[in-house]
Amino acid sequence: MTFQTVGKRKPKYEGIAHVTGETQFVDDMFVPRTLTVKAFRSPVHKGRILKLDTSRAEQMDGVASVITYKDVPANAYGFGADQPVLVQTDIRYKGEPIAAVAAEDEATAYKALDAITIDIEEQEPVFDVLKAMEPDAPQVVPGGNIMMFDDRPYNLATMGDVEAGFKEADHIIEETYFFPDQEHTAMETQVSLVVPEAAGRITVYSVCQDRSMLLGMLAGILQLGSKDALKCECASEWAGRTRSAWRHHAGLNRLKMQAGPVGGGFGGKNEFHADPITAILALKTGRPCKWRWTREEEILYSTHREAMHITYKDGVKNDGRIVARYIKTIRDSGAYVGFNGYATGKTNYFANGPYYVPNLRVEGAAVFTNKPVSSTMRGFAVAPVTFAVEAQMYKIAKTIGMDPLEFRFKNAMRRGDKLVNQQVMHDTSIIEVMQTLAKKAGVQLPDHLSKMTSYDRRA
Amino acid sequence: MPILNFRVNGKRYEVAVEPTTTLLEVLREKLMITSPKMGCNTGDCGTCSVFLDGKLIRSCITAAMVANQKEVTTLEGIAPHGEFDPLQQAFLENHGTQCGFCTPGMIMAAKALLNENPKPTKQEIKEALSGNLCRCTGYKKIVESVQAAATQKN
Ligand code: FES
Ligand code: FES
Repeated sequence: MTFQTVGKRKPKYEGIAHVTGETQFVDDMFVPRTLTVKAFRSPVHKGRILKLDTSRAEQMDGVASVITYKDVPANAYGFGADQPVLVQTDIRYKGEPIAAVAAEDEATAYKALDAITIDIEEQEPVFDVLKAMEPDAPQVVPGGNIMMFDDRPYNLATMGDVEAGFKEADHIIEETYFFPDQEHTAMETQVSLVVPEAAGRITVYSVCQDRSMLLGMLAGILQLGSKDALKCECASEWAGRTRSAWRHHAGLNRLKMQAGPVGGGFGGKNEFHADPITAILALKTGRPCKWRWTREEEILYSTHREAMHITYKDGVKNDGRIVARYIKTIRDSGAYVGFNGYATGKTNYFANGPYYVPNLRVEGAAVFTNKPVSSTMRGFAVAPVTFAVEAQMYKIAKTIGMDPLEFRFKNAMRRGDKLVNQQVMHDTSIIEVMQTLAKKAGVQLPDHLSKMTSYDRRA
Repeated sequence: MPILNFRVNGKRYEVAVEPTTTLLEVLREKLMITSPKMGCNTGDCGTCSVFLDGKLIRSCITAAMVANQKEVTTLEGIAPHGEFDPLQQAFLENHGTQCGFCTPGMIMAAKALLNENPKPTKQEIKEALSGNLCRCTGYKKIVESVQAAATQKN
């Protein structure tokens, strides 16, 4: 068969604009009378705000507005409805925004930040998930540091009988792996430009990667709809978790959001960074407001990939079949729920890799620490366990004295095998992928492996 | 305020600037020439690269007044209107650009190299671009683009 597109190099859709410099990123947009936004961030990792004084900043020439938590219509967002736009009392990570200013220029904005004074009762933070899980650890969040999934301190996925599987095994092989957190460092930092329009509407120009979700959450925060919105019984769970909760009062008709072009995202622009604060200031001042994060802010305070501790316990037969596997992952969520609850489920399904194990138990825990919230990044919730499962496969093969490639073929998923969530795999091709890779890498496979197919039943 | 009198891409400009204003701020915020980007503002990433009298510089750590009575060239000015520099063509054809944020600085750095060394080796290209960060491409296609432009030129 001949293809028009597959296998051919096609010109890039926005390529001409990129190579001529005509691509207009959000920071490349200039609207007359735009104010510069800067945030007053927490200088400590954990603490209680005793007194915040913005009065001197407010009175400065060239300062259009200073906002605090009092100016945020609904000051809790995210999938856990737990993240404040501006901290009211309890600081959970260093750099958490407490106040924000909009000024005529950047220099004035910085001067205004210097004029804000704060009294904080500093508290002991916790950064390490294993420490945070100890009973007497400092509490990051009021409900306890370990995220609950119904009545369990982890998200559970299970298939077969793991204990019976371990009894059947000739070898038990255990190891714990650690995957550190990681910053996306897109070349473009977080930027938001919010322009007030006629009739109380605003347009948000954002670098975000996830406009539809964030549009709903922003509507929840800004409450541009009905005045009774906050009195409404659904106000406590408006946060975008349930779409119906915000739809009837959120004032989506007043909100326009344009996303991109994105100057590199890699998952680092999936959650709110600059938009809510910039939008509140634009609404308050009636003037366009722009907030561009510095590189330092981006590295220190933006979302990042979660760090993860990953433990495998494998029961393996002498012939190389894995008959039982227990996996425990502990993800460092940072200070808020964000995507972390959802991510444990995703991790659970991927933690076993492209292999079939009949008896499988996967526990995905998420633990709060005094760090910015962990979030999406390329191979979201999957990359850490992919690293770990392959390292474990290698370790097992070496321990039982089998070639690591042969060991992988032996345990590779076949068509009809089940994932831990009971999903039947109708179209697996891991065997064929490994055969192709071996060929490309110049590795000569023994006959029985090069003839294997995804349709074969396991020996 | 001092007056900066300079030429950008062949046009003369006069702008009042603070002594602390950077060339990048003048280009972007006063003249709205936006191909130079602010990736770090500390001289580390190369997204703000432009030519000052033909020499490659980082405009974010260059005081604007340094450009007084001089000529600045940005990506907008490297080819006559409606035409492509061979480097632009090569970046387009070889997918040397993904999100495009690093691309203006990358092309300027490559241009500086080819001006001095029209037939660089792969290693020389890598060294010449070593001050320009890109988080999307993995650099391979950028180097290939520069190689393609160099071959085409000669
Ligand atoms: S913005 Fe100038 S080097 Fe990064
Ligand atoms: S193309 Fe995105 S940073 Fe280089």
